Amino acid sequence: MRGNEAFGEGALRAGCRYTFAYPITPQSEIVHFLARRLPEAGGVFLQVESEVAAVNMVFGAAAAGARVVTSSSSPGMSLMQEGLSYLAGARLPCVIVNVMRGGPGLGNIAPAQGDYLQAVKGGGHGDYRLIVLAPSSVPEIIELMELAFELADTYRSPVLVLGDGVLGQMMEPVTVPEGDSPSEGDSPLGAQRGQSPLVSPLVSPSKPWAVTGQGDRPERNIISSLHIVPEDNERFNRELEQVQMEIRRREQRVEEYRVDDAELVLVAFGTVARVAKAVVDRARAGGLRVGLIRPITLWPFPDETVSRAAARTESFLVVEMNLGQMVEDVRLAVNGQKPVHFYGRPGGTVPTVREVWNEVRRIREVSGGEEDLRTAAGPNG
Amino acid sequence: MKKIFERPQALTDKPMHYCPGCTHGIIHRLVAQAIDQLGVRTRTIGVGPVGCAVFAYEYFNCDMIQAAHGRAPAVATGVKRVHPDRVVFTYQGDGDLAAIGMAETVHAAARGEKFTTIFVNNAIYGMTGGQMAPTTLVGQKTTTTPYGRDAEETGEPIKVSELLSTIDRAVYVARVSVHNPRHVIQAGRAIRKAFEFQLRGLGFTMVEVLSTCPTNWGLSPLEALGWLEEKMLPVFPLGEFRKPAEEEAV
Ligand SMILES: Cc1ncc(C[n+]2csc(CCOP(=O)(O)OP(=O)(O)O)c2C)c(N)n1
Ligand code: SF4
Repeated sequence: MRGNEAFGEGALRAGCRYTFAYPITPQSEIVHFLARRLPEAGGVFLQVESEVAAVNMVFGAAAAGARVVTSSSSPGMSLMQEGLSYLAGARLPCVIVNVMRGGPGLGNIAPAQGDYLQAVKGGGHGDYRLIVLAPSSVPEIIELMELAFELADTYRSPVLVLGDGVLGQMMEPVTVPEGDSPSEGDSPLGAQRGQSPLVSPLVSPSKPWAVTGQGDRPERNIISSLHIVPEDNERFNRELEQVQMEIRRREQRVEEYRVDDAELVLVAFGTVARVAKAVVDRARAGGLRVGLIRPITLWPFPDETVSRAAARTESFLVVEMNLGQMVEDVRLAVNGQKPVHFYGRPGGTVPTVREVWNEVRRIREVSGGEEDLRTAAGPNG
Repeated sequence: MKKIFERPQALTDKPMHYCPGCTHGIIHRLVAQAIDQLGVRTRTIGVGPVGCAVFAYEYFNCDMIQAAHGRAPAVATGVKRVHPDRVVFTYQGDGDLAAIGMAETVHAAARGEKFTTIFVNNAIYGMTGGQMAPTTLVGQKTTTTPYGRDAEETGEPIKVSELLSTIDRAVYVARVSVHNPRHVIQAGRAIRKAFEFQLRGLGFTMVEVLSTCPTNWGLSPLEALGWLEEKMLPVFPLGEFRKPAEEEAV
């Protein structure tokens, strides 16, 4: 299955039946997939006039109690920031997929990771964070899409799933559990499925706060992000802070690969983490003790894992498809204990195994392989 | 004693924050009355704007959403697509609907979204301190057109009802006013019709209501009613610009 289709498949499997979308490369196959599959599954697919409209329709559908998804790529995500801030302010669960491309501006349609800061530091106005998940393979896309909906409902928060053009276009075999077919037996509101074991059982998956028309409810429901009295707004922000502390405490997810005895720890997410893993194997084969930390949640950032590694390893190398964004979070987590190096290729370029390998050797001051060093004419070398 | 006049059930008893003489209050009442008359309060979902009606959720006694500036039609689209059997309305000012939210409005109409928009046209931005709106009259003084709106510089007022009436799936588009009791009654009728057509699933419905802003027009409430009649009616003629085919016959 292609990565972009997996984003759609994962959403369907999570019981999501609504999407409001605007096309942009390199994520349009998500839109094509959902345009085909959602009506079959009794859902609603709507191509709309802009990303601004799409994210606000997501706001409406989420307020109405539905599981809802939209997807876009970098310039479209910038347009969605208004809606993301309002979704966070109104505490509405939903899932947004960003298949990143090169920027800034119109940039290009090649894979990049330049939206890391926008994704994990809030992005829109106000004091909020989104849960950000970063798959690095096609099967993991499906897994994390399902998790994204569970987390969104659990914490009443928008969840961002961050991919890139490589991941979107990549084809990998996927095995989907049997008897869990998305078109069977889901309620139109989608939220009634059991919570996955991955998720902490914080709140009930039903949504008593949703606007559905008052019906027999004793009180009417109101969805708003407005708290005109500063003290009220401060109280709301404090509540949000409590939820975010809970998320930080419970939901850090990370893959560690040969980190235990590593003298150098690579840190990378998404597509580049695959490159980094190959570098670890190459290094180990040559007798170099290198490991990899791959954050799966970019927010909350797995700082406990990084900090624990900092106590044991000698140094870090952060590898990204940008000019150095996640490296800031790694440095915060390392907190000066050990040196943190950075290697990145911005603007839609994927670092090669050889480039990263050369960086590793430079850091470890290992000589030999002159030929390799000469041919690795990356921007840093 | 027989009660002949009371507060509509679809309004809460919260005192409204609108300025004295502002006709937002009357329009709220007309919307609430229509909801009462159709008996749909408990299955109605309202979407409020940014602007003077930002607190609409405190006044309408039904499930309510407070939307971002101009985005109410997009939010309402999301709601109605999830709950097609509910009655959904947006309540929006001219800045909200015709400036920042024009795209959302036009496209909701083009798709024939089956909700009702109540469009309050007071020819000015009220809440932010009386700036020019897309509906501000040529020559009208506002805080951002202190010498009067100059059409050469900033164009002519946008006639939203006329504009939307070119859209096939906008099944009911009417412009009404609330500057005197006769017009208030007519406005109430139009609003009710719009909700009825929504209930019948016909398509997008909008009622534009000419409204006053005594505070930012710098007029007394009474003068403001006169100004609306004298200055706004010639630019924004009243009428039903679109209605379902069977209505045409009657
Ligand atoms: C994105 C954004 N831009 C600007 C504002 C500031 N703002 C609040 S109300 C308003 C104008 C509203 O005017 P109108 O829709 O005509 O409603 P009225 O106040 O006249 O009832 C503006 C510009 C905002 N809240 N959000
Ligand atoms: S500022 Fe104008 S529109 Fe707003 S409440 Fe006052 S009179 Fe009404």
